[in-house]
Amino acid sequence: MDKIPILRMGAFLLVTIQVDLYDRLALNLEADLVQMVNKTNAKGVLIDISAVSIVDSFMGRIIGNIASMSKILDAETVVVGMQPAVAITLIELGLPLKGVHTSLDMEKGMNLLKSMIDETEEDADEDQTADDFIAE
Amino acid sequence: MILSLNKDTIHVLKEQDVVFLKNRVKETAVKIKMGLVNQTRLLTACSELVRNMMRYADGGVCIVEVVSSGRNNGVRLTFSDRGPGIPDIAAAMRDGFSTGKSLGLGLPGTKRLVNEFDIKSKVGEGTVVTILKWANG
Repeated sequence: MDKIPILRMGAFLLVTIQVDLYDRLALNLEADLVQMVNKTNAKGVLIDISAVSIVDSFMGRIIGNIASMSKILDAETVVVGMQPAVAITLIELGLPLKGVHTSLDMEKGMNLLKSMIDETEEDADEDQTADDFIAE
Repeated sequence: MILSLNKDTIHVLKEQDVVFLKNRVKETAVKIKMGLVNQTRLLTACSELVRNMMRYADGGVCIVEVVSSGRNNGVRLTFSDRGPGIPDIAAAMRDGFSTGKSLGLGLPGTKRLVNEFDIKSKVGEGTVVTILKWANG
């Protein structure tokens, strides 16, 4: 049985999809990834789809699901490296992938994730100082 | 007038057959020098239709044809199954309509991706979907 590896790098999980996804593989990836987010306490998920030549409505839905599931487990998802032809097809199909962050390459995706996580941490800090102030 | 130049019949019953079918469609598209974006559109459309066939009808048959009209070449795919059929085709062609637990983009989305789209269905007998994508267009 094929399996897509999920690598951990600090607070992030990296997934590089090197094969064309078929339905069961995509479903397994969804389940594995959500488990891993929970287990490793990851703050971000980076999915590289630069080697994927077809994303149909099913795969699009899985990608959207992964993003929403990670979101409610407090992790952000960034999809990187989408091929131009895939972007054209997705929009024509009627699947704009709302709510999924994207970047052109791995490096930009990593920076986007870092900035998103910094922001949320800053917000948390601010909340704390406000609470402290009230306490005083 | 559309001439059929080359005809291939592929039975799709298992998940492995889907991979085989997609590869064959890709080869055919490359052979007639279809551009990359059109190849992607055709393969995505094929992927949607073959999934419908697997999910609702437990598989079926796909005919892969190279067709020609004047100087234009294209790929025609005919998916036929002996599944339950579609009672209301107009509804099935609407965005967001699904009797399964999906997004309901498969049929209307497929229609937007190809040049010609035809669907015939009879309840209790099965469904035939034909799509055609020209190499340039």
